Amino acid sequence: MIPLSHTLIVAAILFSISLAGMFLNRKNVLILLMCIELMLLSVNLNFIAFSHYLNDLGGQLFVFFILTVAAAEAAIGLAILVTMFRNRRTINVQNLDSLKG
Amino acid sequence: MTFVQFLFNIYAGITIAAAIGVVTVRNSVYAALCLILTFFSSAAIWILLEAEFLGIVLVLVYVGAVMVLFLFVIMMLDINREQLVERFIKYLPAGIAVAVIIAIEMIVVIQRSAFDTSEQYKAVAQNAPDYNNTEALGELLYTQYLYPFEIAAVVLLVAIIAAIMLTLRKRAVNVRSQDIEKQLRVRPEDRVRLVKMKSGQ
Amino acid sequence: MGTLYLLIPLAPLLGAILAGFFGKQLGRKGAHFVTSGLVAFSFILSVIAFMQMDANEVYNQTVYQWAVIDNIKMEVGFLVDHLTIMMMLVVTFVSLMVHIYTIGYMHDDPGYQRFFSYISLFTFSMLMLVMSNNFLQLFFGWEAVGLVSYLLIGFWYKKDTAIYANMKAFLVNRVGDFGFLLGIGVIVIYANSLDYITVFERLGVAMGGDNNMLPLDALTQAWGLNHQDMIALLLFIGAMGKSAQVPLHVWLPDSMEGPTPISALIHAATMVTAGIFMVSRLSPIFELSDTVLNFILIIGATTAFFMGLIGIIQNDIKRVVAYSTLSQLGYMVVALGASAYSAAVFHLMTHAFFKALLFLAAGSVIIAMHHEQDIRKMGGLKRHMPITYWTSLVGSLALIGIPGFAGFFSKDAIIEAVHASTLPAAGYAYFMVLLGVFVTAFYSFRMFFLVFHGDERMDDHTLHHLHESPKVVTIPLILLAIPSVIAGYFIGTMVMGDFFNQVTLLPKAEHLHQVTTIMVDHERHPAMEVLREEYHGIFSFIFHGMIALPFWLALAGVGAAWYIYMKDDSIADWFYNRFQWLYKILDNKYYFDTFNQKFFANGSLNLGTAFWTFDKTIIDGLFVNGVAKMTGWTARLLSHFQTGYLYHYVMAMALGVGFLMAWLFMALSA
Repeated sequence: MIPLSHTLIVAAILFSISLAGMFLNRKNVLILLMCIELMLLSVNLNFIAFSHYLNDLGGQLFVFFILTVAAAEAAIGLAILVTMFRNRRTINVQNLDSLKG
Repeated sequence: MTFVQFLFNIYAGITIAAAIGVVTVRNSVYAALCLILTFFSSAAIWILLEAEFLGIVLVLVYVGAVMVLFLFVIMMLDINREQLVERFIKYLPAGIAVAVIIAIEMIVVIQRSAFDTSEQYKAVAQNAPDYNNTEALGELLYTQYLYPFEIAAVVLLVAIIAAIMLTLRKRAVNVRSQDIEKQLRVRPEDRVRLVKMKSGQ
Repeated sequence: MGTLYLLIPLAPLLGAILAGFFGKQLGRKGAHFVTSGLVAFSFILSVIAFMQMDANEVYNQTVYQWAVIDNIKMEVGFLVDHLTIMMMLVVTFVSLMVHIYTIGYMHDDPGYQRFFSYISLFTFSMLMLVMSNNFLQLFFGWEAVGLVSYLLIGFWYKKDTAIYANMKAFLVNRVGDFGFLLGIGVIVIYANSLDYITVFERLGVAMGGDNNMLPLDALTQAWGLNHQDMIALLLFIGAMGKSAQVPLHVWLPDSMEGPTPISALIHAATMVTAGIFMVSRLSPIFELSDTVLNFILIIGATTAFFMGLIGIIQNDIKRVVAYSTLSQLGYMVVALGASAYSAAVFHLMTHAFFKALLFLAAGSVIIAMHHEQDIRKMGGLKRHMPITYWTSLVGSLALIGIPGFAGFFSKDAIIEAVHASTLPAAGYAYFMVLLGVFVTAFYSFRMFFLVFHGDERMDDHTLHHLHESPKVVTIPLILLAIPSVIAGYFIGTMVMGDFFNQVTLLPKAEHLHQVTTIMVDHERHPAMEVLREEYHGIFSFIFHGMIALPFWLALAGVGAAWYIYMKDDSIADWFYNRFQWLYKILDNKYYFDTFNQKFFANGSLNLGTAFWTFDKTIIDGLFVNGVAKMTGWTARLLSHFQTGYLYHYVMAMALGVGFLMAWLFMALSA
């Protein structure tokens, strides 16, 4: 029997790693997108764990929807990345500062 | 430690190691491969948690489709390798500090919340031998969650159209494409030309 | 009777509509026939109504109910008693005379039909005012005559002075109307009704009963007035505006910018007397307040004397008559203050005849002089315009109160009433009205002598063309001269008799047993009682007048005018040089206009500028734009945090999550 807290701790560590990844990675937007996928994965892990321990399929359904949205997000994110690369010839995060106020 | 627990520890270890790999390796292709590994071992954990359908979906959809898309993009784009050489040593201490603090905080909160000792979370009924996770999920999805399911489908459709719109670009003259405005503007005289010809020619 | 009474005001309204909207189709002749005919019809109906009137029964009926709000009925209705019928006769008669006179006077004016439309509309409004049986309709008529007055003063709208004058009249009247409207409001609060009789009854109850129960008492006590004082005072402020009493008189002299016929009809005979009529009609209310009656005495007496004084130095023929009107209105108001309402109304009637006559005569002179109004450039007109001369003489003699003429009876009754009044202010008022008699005689005959006697001072061209005015002008003069003489002989019935003591209704009230047309509390205000006791027939009244002081003062005035302006004009010059300061004060009309201009107009302007500056700097500058600027400034400051780098945002988010969880952790461990 896996204790619930172990699963949650794994998810927490996954989350922290992806967070650090976002912060550390300054060159490649692709890695950022991957980190987002990782974060979603950790959230999904939480859902599934609770779903199991509460014996409620609702959690799994949420995972289902999150997967859908994450797939859509990945597709659009990659499309944006492609467009961006086409326009700027780079995917360097440090060059992307048009949001600067 | 039961066998299940043992398996869980192994998969958890691989997941975390692969995740660290995702954020540290310099080559995007390796990063993507690491991510695939993370997903794979996570799918295994899900199956251990009796979420069989979702575990398989994660492998099929994510590893099979999304990650392939990632690799596709990485290889399609002509990314200057030199440019991407990171100097993240400079930021490493700060990044690790933040990550560790958050991780510790979360773990402490989880530990203190007494998930393992609470009655509420202990009630894991042994499923009947003929229990089918896919069937149970399907029943819920097509009854109670029908509308969200439909909306999810629409979200995917929007994503497809958006992705196409974003990446579509007008190419050189040779490429034939539809111009709907032109099609709507057209009048008979633009299309049909009546020519008088003598018979017998 | 109801249909008859309804027809009387509606006939002139029909005329006004026809002449106003279909003036082109009717043509000039059509317009004056239609309007004059309908006003004549109205006059004849008024005479019939008077003939048929039952002395014991007063008509008080609602014709149309407009709305009921919280039990307050808004209605159109008629209250026809002797006071009303007298006003109706005066209004329709003078209006008819003016209609006929206008045919000659406005003969060449391009706005001919418009003019007829206006004066017919005025007749309608004035009739609605006097025939009303409730405050709402009274107020409607009150404002409608004000509107027509405004339109007619500015009739020649291309003349700048006319536009200023009508604006001034409108604004000054607003001040009075403000008081009037407040008065009606207070009445509604106390009496919860707009109907005259109901209001009299309920106010009678309220005023006799337990005052502490009344809602406004805290307010009225704070002002040191009880509520009957307040109601009467506010209503009288309305009368002051309409009847041009000091200090709201400033519009009347300027209103002479309008055509002469309307100066006669509106600004002498009828509209300006609406205030007098209103106070008389509401006499049960005014009788309850000695304070306000004293106030009325002071205002009236001041107007009567000091406005007459200005008349002495005026050179514009119409302005002299205008100041004379002001002074005579002062006399009527004094009579109201002395509770001699019937004397006031009686003077109102005689004054309407002889003052309309004087104005129309002045108009006749103006036509003959080719629109020259300066009396210094006239003189010797007696030879050229005999009818105008004789009718003017009748009017002037009536005005100064020579025994036998109409003005004598009414004015003498007023002076006697003031003499007999027991109110504290009556002494001052008596003194002022006596002096006023001399002043009246002096300025009237100064004008009379300068215009009709002496050298012919006009230029040769005018002199050559001098002739008597056409018949449409002289006939109204003659017709008005007749009542200017004989109207006085009705004093026996109207003032001394029971003419105005018709019982209107027997209300169910505990305190009021009856409402008579004019109600006087004889115990507190015995003036009329004294007058009645001393009255022994018309001839003894005339004889008594001959030996009384006013007659000799009037004669002295005429004599002085004759001596100074006919015999020895060096006296006038000597006076002018010796009393330069007095002349200056009079010439500037006691600086009322200057004061209004400086204090009210400029004061409002400065106040407005101050508010505008406040609005611009504090509201706009500090609050509106200040907030915007503050936002911009803060945003510029905060925009430095927006580096645009994703990893900075992620860092910020992570730190936020870290703090949130630390807090959660603390909360859990606590």
